[in-house]
Amino acid sequence: MYKKQRVTMAHGTGGRMTQQLIESVFAHRFSNPALDRMNDAALVQVEKEGHLAFSIDGHVVNPLFFHGGDIGQIAVYGTVNDLAMMGARPLWIAASFIIEEGLEIQTLRRIADSMATATSTAGVQLVAGDTKVVERGKGDGVYISVAGVGVVPPHLNIDAANAQPGDVILINRPIASHGMTIMTQREGLEFESVLASDTAPLNGIVADMLQVAPHTHVLRDASRGGLGTVLNELAVASDVGMILSEASIPIEEAAKGACALLGLDPLYVANEGVFIAIVPPDEADVALEALKGHPFGTGATRIGMVTNQHSGRVVLHTVLGAQRIVGPLSGDLLPRIC
Amino acid sequence: MRFVDEFQNPILARKLLDEIAEMATVPMSFMEFCGGHTHAIMQFGIRQLLPSQVKLLSGPGCPVCVSSQADIDQAIALSNIPNVILTSFGDMIRVPGTTYTLQEASASGSDVRVVYSPLDAVQLAVENPGKEVIFLGVGFETTAPGVAASILEAARLGLNNYSVFSMHKYTPPAMKGILNGGEVRLSGVIGPGHVATIIGSDAWRFLPERHGMPVVVSGFESVDILLTVHELVHQVANGIATVENAYTRSVLPEGNLAALKIMNEVFEVSDADWRGFGVLPLSGMAIRAKYAHYDAKVRFSMPQVPSREPPGCRCGEVLRGIVEPPECPLFAKACTPDHPKGPCMVSDEGACSAYYLYGQSN
Ligand code: SF4
Repeated sequence: MYKKQRVTMAHGTGGRMTQQLIESVFAHRFSNPALDRMNDAALVQVEKEGHLAFSIDGHVVNPLFFHGGDIGQIAVYGTVNDLAMMGARPLWIAASFIIEEGLEIQTLRRIADSMATATSTAGVQLVAGDTKVVERGKGDGVYISVAGVGVVPPHLNIDAANAQPGDVILINRPIASHGMTIMTQREGLEFESVLASDTAPLNGIVADMLQVAPHTHVLRDASRGGLGTVLNELAVASDVGMILSEASIPIEEAAKGACALLGLDPLYVANEGVFIAIVPPDEADVALEALKGHPFGTGATRIGMVTNQHSGRVVLHTVLGAQRIVGPLSGDLLPRIC
Repeated sequence: MRFVDEFQNPILARKLLDEIAEMATVPMSFMEFCGGHTHAIMQFGIRQLLPSQVKLLSGPGCPVCVSSQADIDQAIALSNIPNVILTSFGDMIRVPGTTYTLQEASASGSDVRVVYSPLDAVQLAVENPGKEVIFLGVGFETTAPGVAASILEAARLGLNNYSVFSMHKYTPPAMKGILNGGEVRLSGVIGPGHVATIIGSDAWRFLPERHGMPVVVSGFESVDILLTVHELVHQVANGIATVENAYTRSVLPEGNLAALKIMNEVFEVSDADWRGFGVLPLSGMAIRAKYAHYDAKVRFSMPQVPSREPPGCRCGEVLRGIVEPPECPLFAKACTPDHPKGPCMVSDEGACSAYYLYGQSN
């Protein structure tokens, strides 16, 4: 039988084997003028106006492939989305791969394929990259870090500290789907058929919204720590309070069921393609319409508002009519053991 | 998955609340045994929706929290034994030992790994034949069968490098400890739903029979909990005391016999040291001599570490239901989830972490 090709330490020496790995797995999949020169750094042409947005994000995911996505896709979208959350148009990314010895080359190809699709979907170019190999047991298959650069048009002023009392808090789609997909898959629970990750590039939908709501104050993707933790960060950064209505926070039945089963609060479950927009009240309606008009915003809705009370805190009006704090999560979300 | 909404139905919840308010004409206090219930009650904001006559007290049902300081220190010290991979559920990792946490031990070079199931730890033992894999067995009757199954699996595979450090405990003795201590006056008990799934609702019959106290086994959604409180208030108001099961979609009177069989095959009853209670007779699960090969306490000479509970921490009293977390002077000041002083602020079942995360807004 045909023997599976695997990554070996020799692929990490920087010599010919490394070159072969890069050529056979990566180079042709991402071909573009800046990358193809294969220089030590890519040269790109910048625009004259606005700010450069610059970001980097590392990705460690187990399992590498999950229902609705994989590590390559979220590595690209993660950085694209970080840029988009500053109102930037993401343009270029660079990727670094830390590969564990023994990983099948075919797996790496699948990941590279998925990243290539993700870059073209998001409209960015991968212009630089690097691979390193670590000994077996020293990595979880592959770790991917992606840095990215984008341009923010001069008229935008989006910042975590910009939320104002009276602002409206919008969300683009249901929460908790991504985290529960990963968690149920890891725990071997049979939710695969109904749960899928929400991994998505958000630059398109953000651009649509900013067209009609150029005075948007804050954008933030509700990734790690979930909606609850992210809103806390914003409340502290902007020195304002936030009031949420539990009934208006969208969540799909399957994710809700999985949360109930594992004893997890969906407000703290990680998301990938979910973001919040904090907009001034006079732009809230048009912003919401713009979100709803985009495929990644079909579940868009208004979930709460910014207030000048209880500064630095997020308060939830529960479905039952109680009021309670939504604190920030510390550490990891863990399935209950009691 | 439709079942969730049925048990979160706000209209039904309102109706139950109204009826509770009508029936509760005298003051009554109920203890929610289980830390999962404490979290759910805080998450749904149930305490503030109940009439002032009805008080809910949190109890000892947080496995990590009730582990004695000595057990925690020993568990952490096990990670220092050369050639050991120490595996644990995530909850234990940040629990403060007398001098450091497992997380800190790991950062200083110990091999500590979080697993999602004890069977993952067995798998690690298979993959690392040259290492000793120890699993920290924490939990009540809920997790004990799974840990027992991991020992049976290790035996089946003929492994020589897998063992369990058992801190497992039985829940009824802690409830008895609280009632015998007489520090809190209780009118009834919200029975732990997941524990009862294993041991059965009948295991709580001692409450009405010996203490004249109603107990209602509850699920974890808002309507589950309100149904339970409704039944408790009804019983108290009418002078009745029985075991009721309000979590029939999971709990049988006799429990899960298959799980109990596995648990009893591997574990035997022993005395155990509880935070907040001291040694409670016949409350612990020790690994039977037959499986001594898989018992970390037999396999390794147990490191003796001087143990001291965190100064100022009132976890012990929180676990006995006599103080609420905000009454602890350290709560939300010196003690936060980022810098926890005691286990009740770390564990997802701990009352302090629930109060911190979900405290009332006023
Ligand atoms: S708030 Fe912290 S110090 Fe106080 S009882 Fe709880 S865990 Fe212990």
